[in-house]
Amino acid sequence: MNTSLLIQLLVNGVIVGMLYGIVAMCFVLIYKSTQVVNFAQGEFVVLGAWVCLALVVNMGLPFWLAFLFSLVFMMVFGILVQVVLLRPLLGEPVISVIMATIGLSIFMQATMNWIFGNNAVRFPQVFDRGTVEIAGLNVETAYLMSFVLSLVVMGLFFWFFQYSRWGLAMRATAYNQQIAQSLGISVGRVFAMAWAISAVVSGIAGVVIGLVSAVSNSLAIIGIKVFPAVIVGGLDSIVGAIIGGLTIGILENLAEFVDGQYLHIGNMYSVAPFYVLLIILMIKPYGLLGTPDIERV
Amino acid sequence: MTLTADTSRLSEKAGSDSQPLLELNNVEVVFNDVILVLRGMSLQARRGEITALLGANGAGKSTTLKAIAGLLKTEDGEITRGTVSYDGADVTRTPPDKKVRDGIFLVMEGRGIVQDMTIRDNLRLGAFSRPGADIEAEIAEVYRFFPRLKERHGLAGYLSGGEQQMLAIGRAMMAKPRLIMMDEPSMGLSPLLVKEVFGIIRRLNEELGITILLVEQNANMALKVADYGYIIENGKIVLDGAGSELVENEDVKEFYLGGGERRSFRNVKSFRRRKRWL
Repeated sequence: MNTSLLIQLLVNGVIVGMLYGIVAMCFVLIYKSTQVVNFAQGEFVVLGAWVCLALVVNMGLPFWLAFLFSLVFMMVFGILVQVVLLRPLLGEPVISVIMATIGLSIFMQATMNWIFGNNAVRFPQVFDRGTVEIAGLNVETAYLMSFVLSLVVMGLFFWFFQYSRWGLAMRATAYNQQIAQSLGISVGRVFAMAWAISAVVSGIAGVVIGLVSAVSNSLAIIGIKVFPAVIVGGLDSIVGAIIGGLTIGILENLAEFVDGQYLHIGNMYSVAPFYVLLIILMIKPYGLLGTPDIERV
Repeated sequence: MTLTADTSRLSEKAGSDSQPLLELNNVEVVFNDVILVLRGMSLQARRGEITALLGANGAGKSTTLKAIAGLLKTEDGEITRGTVSYDGADVTRTPPDKKVRDGIFLVMEGRGIVQDMTIRDNLRLGAFSRPGADIEAEIAEVYRFFPRLKERHGLAGYLSGGEQQMLAIGRAMMAKPRLIMMDEPSMGLSPLLVKEVFGIIRRLNEELGITILLVEQNANMALKVADYGYIIENGKIVLDGAGSELVENEDVKEFYLGGGERRSFRNVKSFRRRKRWL
């Protein structure tokens, strides 16, 4: 057995899994606080990457400034989507809302194709493309940066929901909108904020993925890949989303290893997560880590 | 009306002729565009007093409170007619978050505790409408009222029913409201706890000077603490009077307090005719 390859793949799995986890977190955030299933999640990720890339390549901005601007752009975009598209649908059946987000996803795909083209574009060199050796493993600096950034984002999420005033308000809204309103929380603002945060964090993930590989519209597949992660984590748990993301990331790479070494079927990498999704849904339809309701006996 | 600013500077407990803190005028509430639940509710909650709103199931008590708090929209309800005024200003269409900032706070039926949060986080939520408040000091103040909450740790959902009710009241205190509306605080509590909760309501009123509008099924307890009472039937006030008066009223005794002598059907009908329709 090729141990060093296995370990290398596992490390990759963890790093990619963290990114899945972050995108899954965005998805869960929106679902939990606004009860909207955002099928355009993947497009949000790609949009952030494209905007940052355009700012760097076309406007010649330094990377960090472009990064910052693209996050601001994503924030405005997220709020706009909520206010323009979803607020009028408040109280409509779930299926209408799902249709709206699917429509948004198609619209964004088409628009991005039109504006940014259909080819994969690499970021100009921002980081040293070299590798760092950690405990005998070669890790690309870009990967390392992605890992650290993911950790930072998760830390910020944790802080926001545990300690900040609006984070608490968001949790209360997720728990029960009427109760939240009775406490003086503006539910409309919480919704807009949820979309803003989700869009910004998706943007971060998009830029990171763009840096690690390249920016192209096909990156939106991450929006679909996140589904297994979210289901593993149980739709409404943010911690679950991270664990789900990691699980899917590692699983993909393990599947790649098993396939590459023994089975030689090919393409297990992208299919395996969905097998797992199906199996989990068969056994536990509500996901592995969904928050159980508190019941007093 | 022009003296609003002056009266508010006086102590909240003013004479009965001063302008009430809250006034409902002929309020009509419709759900789903067809179901008429309140048909011309009119009531007042006077400053510094406890006002009780009594009635049978489905009479429209909770709807009245939600209409005042502005929480009907999530249930597809709407005030179609009439006005709600608070402290001299029309607040009929004011959004609920603004009302909380203005000092109207509703403790919802079933307590409205966020069960998957800790006690502390629930209390912190109470102060949401007041950014920059000294939350630590205020939580300490709530614990002074409810020493039992201080000893409990963990999620609010695991508290007993009585403790949850106390947490709900404590959370209302965190918002520093001028008017607390309580929807059936005695629901599901043992008689001893009911007594304790009503004692707390009286303390809120007397020690903190908070005006209270109380909705209750337990008419006996409610009328004991209330300065003034309203009886609601089919979305309308049918009877009102001072708490002590209502306790003695034959109709109230018969229909809400139980006991009283059994009367023949004909007599009951005559009582029905005697009711006031505002």
